[in-house]
Amino acid sequence: MRRWRWLLLAALVLVTGCGPEYQVLHPAGPVGRTELRLIILSAILIGIVVIPVLVLLFYIVWRYRDKPDNHAPYKPEWSESKWLEVVWWGVPIVIIGILGFYTGQTTFALTKPPESDVKPLTIDVTSLDWKWLFEYPDQGIATVNYCEIPTGVPVQFVLTSDAPMNSFWVPQLGGQEYTMPGMAMRLWLQADRPGTYYGHGANFTGKGFAHMQFHVIATSQNKFDQWVARVKQTAPPLTKAGYQRLKQPSVMGRAAYSSFPKGLFNATIWAEGGRYMDGMLDMPGMSESTEPEGGAATGGTAAGAHPAGQSSASQHAAAGMKMAMGHGE
Amino acid sequence: MWEGFRHFADTYLMWNEGPLIWMSDVLILLTSIGIVAVLTYFKKWKWLWDEWLTTVDHKKIGIMYLICALLMFFRGGVDALLMRTQLALPNNHFLDAEHYDQIFTTHGTIMILFMAMPFIFALFNIAVPLQIGARDVAFPYLNAISFWLFFFGALLFNISFVFGGSPDAGWTSYPPLSELAFDKGPGENFYLLGLQISGIGSIATGINFMATILKMRAPGMTLMRMPLFTWSVLAACVVIIFAFPALTVALALLLLDRIVGTHFFTILHGGNPMMFINLFWIWGHPEVYIVILPAFGVFSEVVATFARKRIFGYGSMVVALMAISVISFFVWVHHFFTMGAGADVNTFFAVATMAVGIPTGVKVFNWLFTMYRGRIRMSLPMLWTVAFVPCFAIGGATGVMLAVAPADYQYHNSYFLIAHFHQVLIGGTVFGMLAGMYYWWPKMFGFLLDERLGRWAFWFFNIGFYVCFMPQYALGFMGMQRRMYTYPADLGWGTLNFISTIGAYLMGIGFLFMVAQIIYSIRYGQRDLTGDPWDGRTLEWSLPSPVPHYNFAVIPTVEDRDYWWVLKQQGRTQELRPRPEEIQPIHMPKNSGRPFLMGVAFFVAGIGFVFNWYVLAVLGLLGVVACMVARAFEYDDEYHIPVEEVQHTEAALGRL
Ligand code: HEM
Ligand SMILES: [Cu+2]
Repeated sequence: MRRWRWLLLAALVLVTGCGPEYQVLHPAGPVGRTELRLIILSAILIGIVVIPVLVLLFYIVWRYRDKPDNHAPYKPEWSESKWLEVVWWGVPIVIIGILGFYTGQTTFALTKPPESDVKPLTIDVTSLDWKWLFEYPDQGIATVNYCEIPTGVPVQFVLTSDAPMNSFWVPQLGGQEYTMPGMAMRLWLQADRPGTYYGHGANFTGKGFAHMQFHVIATSQNKFDQWVARVKQTAPPLTKAGYQRLKQPSVMGRAAYSSFPKGLFNATIWAEGGRYMDGMLDMPGMSESTEPEGGAATGGTAAGAHPAGQSSASQHAAAGMKMAMGHGE
Repeated sequence: MWEGFRHFADTYLMWNEGPLIWMSDVLILLTSIGIVAVLTYFKKWKWLWDEWLTTVDHKKIGIMYLICALLMFFRGGVDALLMRTQLALPNNHFLDAEHYDQIFTTHGTIMILFMAMPFIFALFNIAVPLQIGARDVAFPYLNAISFWLFFFGALLFNISFVFGGSPDAGWTSYPPLSELAFDKGPGENFYLLGLQISGIGSIATGINFMATILKMRAPGMTLMRMPLFTWSVLAACVVIIFAFPALTVALALLLLDRIVGTHFFTILHGGNPMMFINLFWIWGHPEVYIVILPAFGVFSEVVATFARKRIFGYGSMVVALMAISVISFFVWVHHFFTMGAGADVNTFFAVATMAVGIPTGVKVFNWLFTMYRGRIRMSLPMLWTVAFVPCFAIGGATGVMLAVAPADYQYHNSYFLIAHFHQVLIGGTVFGMLAGMYYWWPKMFGFLLDERLGRWAFWFFNIGFYVCFMPQYALGFMGMQRRMYTYPADLGWGTLNFISTIGAYLMGIGFLFMVAQIIYSIRYGQRDLTGDPWDGRTLEWSLPSPVPHYNFAVIPTVEDRDYWWVLKQQGRTQELRPRPEEIQPIHMPKNSGRPFLMGVAFFVAGIGFVFNWYVLAVLGLLGVVACMVARAFEYDDEYHIPVEEVQHTEAALGRL
């Protein structure tokens, strides 16, 4: 993208000129930044077509208006021009070629953690009617409608739903991913600077949908660890019965729990069908508690059993299903 | 007795909902009484039945589609204003969540399926047979069935508002939200059945017009001499025929899930909700091209006519139409890049989606260069066409931005998306349909629509459009999600939402001007005595306005593209006038009441399925079968118009 750099830079200055309420234009992490760069690139590329169209339109409509004193040439039979047509088939093809290339490149890049030499944090997210439950499998705590993350650490959000399908979106950190009942999906995000970032469900789920706001609070690793310890000491536990209550349709504020039933997240997925996104079970950071209840194996051993590199999504789902069933036995 | 009535009123008529429903009931009652009274007083019942309800004439069916489309535009527009009023201010309580959810669902469904679809069908019916030199469509009886299925499907959908409750799972109706577990009410069933019934009609229309265009062209009208509007209809029909069955299947399976407890779309029992989402968009994306392609056709006609110049790059235009209709089947995944497909799948569909932009861009340049070195008259059809170009250029461009999969992770389900598709649907389809309506209005009714009021309508609607939708792109960047009935004050979304609402009201005023324009013009509009008010280029302008019901007294033999224009240039227009000795008896289909009755039967069956009243449902279906059987044994369904009558009519029009 070197050649585009100066243009991108200029555009960035323009764009960040918009106030901070333009969240997508003020990313706070590498994922959001990558996406913004692509947004700007695409805007510039389409400008190459759109601006000439607008200019031509105004010029032509003014120049060839039907007025008696208009002496512009009039050629009612002129309707063919090879090289003009080559231009407007050709230019868009080139533009789409360029844009397509960077699109592919970024799409693949975003499936990987933004930073590879830092151990990622995993947070299991469940969208409920109409609230968000965050479980920290490694820390053993859970929260509702907010979560804290350390800055500079890639966070792997594992997403599911125990209600209609929703979409997990934190605009300043990066784009969204669906949460679907019976399925586990993965979204990598990372915050570079401390702050409180607005998040919201993006896929309509009924009456309370408009109130499905949450916040992602990014702090230093130190403060994050303190916060975890504090929640562990002061918050009540989330029991199975408590989860059933949480599941009932309602709108609520924040909550925190010092512990949650072991295997709750995976049990939720299995209760609804149990499908895992491509390679979900062999990713780093998947710990015991994300295995089905009673399963003692870690994600690491699951990976060993997982035939990598299958082609069709349904095959993957089936493989994921079989394998995890095996652990249950 | 009283208790029973209370129960009925609360469950089915929703009287416990309060004044909004009561007012609607009263209004509907008054309107119905008014219509019945007027028809009775003026003794018009027989006229209504003979001339309209039983007609198989494509021109009248086109007019009925047009009336329905405008009425549905009104209803969808009122929905829109209600939503915009609610969103004008943060934390507003003009509507509550339930009502807002119902309104955005009915708004979206109505605008796409019951406004855009009948509007394009109106123009198909009005223009295609005339443009290709035919006396009717290939299957006039089926054409009437299509209309009545659309009509009763739309009626079924609309009636949910006052009977049983409106659907509220969005026009996309994704499971599991639309499954019984989360959506008990009959509203969702109304959605499924209303769309199903009208969808069958749409498939039939697609087949009908494809057959018409391929088989019914006048001698000499080769494919490459066809007007571009007809080409665009052909392209749209290809898409209809291949896309609509996917919708039919998706709706049928979801209905089975809901009424007999199958599990096609619940994972737990081996189904998969992602299957519905795929099926929906395998239809849904092509659907947006179904409604835009005919608009492209209209623009091609209008640009050439009002720039007084041959269309530029006709061959390219045809290739582009066909390319769009094919590529549109390979892009549907762009509606759910965020559903966890692999990077490879997302990349493929992203690039395919961008590729649609190429032929679309080519068309825009060809329109521009049709105007180049022409003589541009800014009459109403041209005004809307010129306004279309910048609007659609920007809308298409944001479409390409949305196609960039990783960027779409940020736009998806946000107001940026809302702004995009309104810009292409309004700036493309609606502008196109309005341009087409103004263009062919004199052909339909024999008078022109008033220019001055039309210009007011145009400016209000256009300025309103930009005021309403440009801020929504910005709101998308601010992180505002679609389908929120309200939003908090601290996110800075208030100002732009307020501006957007002002724009919506400006568009509403524009629509009112249009209504005023039509009413005013019925009385005072300039009469079209020549049949060629715009100095047109294609065959329909060689006929008188309105067109006699057999269209062409003598089928013309076509020798060139833009044949009527060529004849005018060469001073040979007399050649398209019938000579008395050439006139022969004209073979026409007979009117029939059965398509209407079949629609009624479908409607009855629909109500039965909506409320799980299976006796009623079976009765309705039996009615449908009875109509089909009766048709199978009908042998006397055609007649001949005698030569004298044709001569008489033509002479009265001064054409002999
Ligand atoms: C240049 C051509 C176009 C491109 C590249 C394009 C691209 C897209 C993309 C990628 C989306 C999905 C965005 C998302 O859900 O996140 C989308 C949505 C949509 N587009 Fe387009 N589009 C184009 C033209 C059109 C046209 C011509 C129409 C209709 C006349 C249209 C109507 C819609 C609608 C209705 C939706 C959203 C549906 C929904 O989610 O409710 N688009 N478009
Ligand atoms: Cu699409």
